[in-house]
Amino acid sequence: MAASERNGVTMPASVRPGPPLWLLFELTYRCPLQCVFCYNPVDFARLDQELATDEWLRVLHEARALGSVQLGLSGGEPLTRDDLEEITAEAHSLGFYTNLITSGVGLTQARLERLRTAGLDHIQLSFQDSTREMNDFLSHTRTFDLKRRVAGWIKALDYPMVLNCVIHRLNIDHIDKIIEMAVEMGAEYLELANAQYYSWAHLNRDALLPSRAQLQAAEETTNRWRDRLQGRMRILFVVPDYYEERPKRCMNGWGSTFMTVTPDGTALPCHTARMLPGLEFPNVRTSSVREIWYDSEGFNRFRGFGWMKEPCASCPEREKDFGGCRCQAYLLANDAAAADPVCSKSPFHHVVTEAVERAQQSRPVEKPLVFRHKEESLTRSDPALIRDS
Amino acid sequence: MSATDIRDSDSPAIARGFRLQWEPAQSAHVLLYPEGMVKLNGSAGEILRRCDGVATLAEIVSDLEGAFSRSGLRADVVAFLTLAAERGWVAFRGRDEQAGAIGDGGE
Ligand code: SF4
Ligand code: SF4
Repeated sequence: MAASERNGVTMPASVRPGPPLWLLFELTYRCPLQCVFCYNPVDFARLDQELATDEWLRVLHEARALGSVQLGLSGGEPLTRDDLEEITAEAHSLGFYTNLITSGVGLTQARLERLRTAGLDHIQLSFQDSTREMNDFLSHTRTFDLKRRVAGWIKALDYPMVLNCVIHRLNIDHIDKIIEMAVEMGAEYLELANAQYYSWAHLNRDALLPSRAQLQAAEETTNRWRDRLQGRMRILFVVPDYYEERPKRCMNGWGSTFMTVTPDGTALPCHTARMLPGLEFPNVRTSSVREIWYDSEGFNRFRGFGWMKEPCASCPEREKDFGGCRCQAYLLANDAAAADPVCSKSPFHHVVTEAVERAQQSRPVEKPLVFRHKEESLTRSDPALIRDS
Repeated sequence: MSATDIRDSDSPAIARGFRLQWEPAQSAHVLLYPEGMVKLNGSAGEILRRCDGVATLAEIVSDLEGAFSRSGLRADVVAFLTLAAERGWVAFRGRDEQAGAIGDGGE
């Protein structure tokens, strides 16, 4: 009998969402790197009241009781929290599948062994590029050698070796080398995902959006490797959604599956939702996970279809993509309830196509890259200032 | 792997990187893997929870037939395990140690 049936009455899904299956803990905004595509809020440095260990543990218990099963541990750099082992152990014993998303900076072999003992299920290691110079340029620190070592430890502990490399205009031409490096390290899975243009990547978008020719060459290179590797290493290549005609099915639908908890305890339906104006998001310090998930305005605001405007409201495809990403709608159309401008039916689609057209010109980048560091962040209090207009 | 590949003496196990557990909130067994989840139907759950890497196919089949007072389940079990092996959910001790650990399914 379906769980949504009570007294013989079937509740429509929009009234009662399923459990928050996916829980993401952004444990900290502290990070030794300064990636130009970082998805942390541009004013992260103002948000420095991190939850204490027992608060994270309480959230774990509450979420698990509601039915959460996947836990992502990310940041910032989650390794900067020295209670990472404790949080992992508690999550594991509660029945979470625990995923660590890390740049590897701050990891030692001993620490990785402790995490393994604590019950860590999976590690995703991110690389910025394959050549040390490019890697250092893009992440602004010398970390490449360390990552190679970390990859070795991950394999030695018999974890699947999963690499993630954020792709963009400045490194996409190195994709052959990136794949070669991943093969050399014995990766089983390589994710080559183009940067998504929020937060820092949005600030740097014109410098980061690749041209059509670059994308095509990169896909051809990827396919050549796929043929050669015959499944020994799987490669996922994700093109920037700016090149699509339809938006992504963002977060599998707002408030349907995901809950992110930010370092200061704010609960969000996606990790960039904080930028949306006029929406109150609850905090785990003052609300239970149950209240947050089922009853808060922030999580209910874009659930289902009732909030939609045209062209989404009457669109036959609305169940496919839920109108796309609310943050992108806000950034590009200045209205969080609009269709995601990636959609060719959006009246603001031209904002996307213009950015794409600019990306076809070979030109020196006029604006300097903005690196994600604290001083820079402190100058940026209002995310609205960086919207497209 | 094809159906004819699985032998009575093979012992299927949940593959590295996957975890099977009962979820009260979903009233179902689920298979968890990196950043994903498969919700299993009743019979899939019953088969997979017997895949401990020790019990052989023959033992799993007879155990299921006993538990559900049915006979002739072998073909169904083999068909499901074949599919599960193709998806990388189960591996067979000593045979395909390197069955994929990263799932395709999920989100
Ligand atoms: S994207 Fe880069 S700077 Fe941002 S949290 Fe991740 S590693 Fe740190
Ligand atoms: S109009 Fe809205 S619902 Fe329809 S395809 Fe575009 S974004 Fe999706």
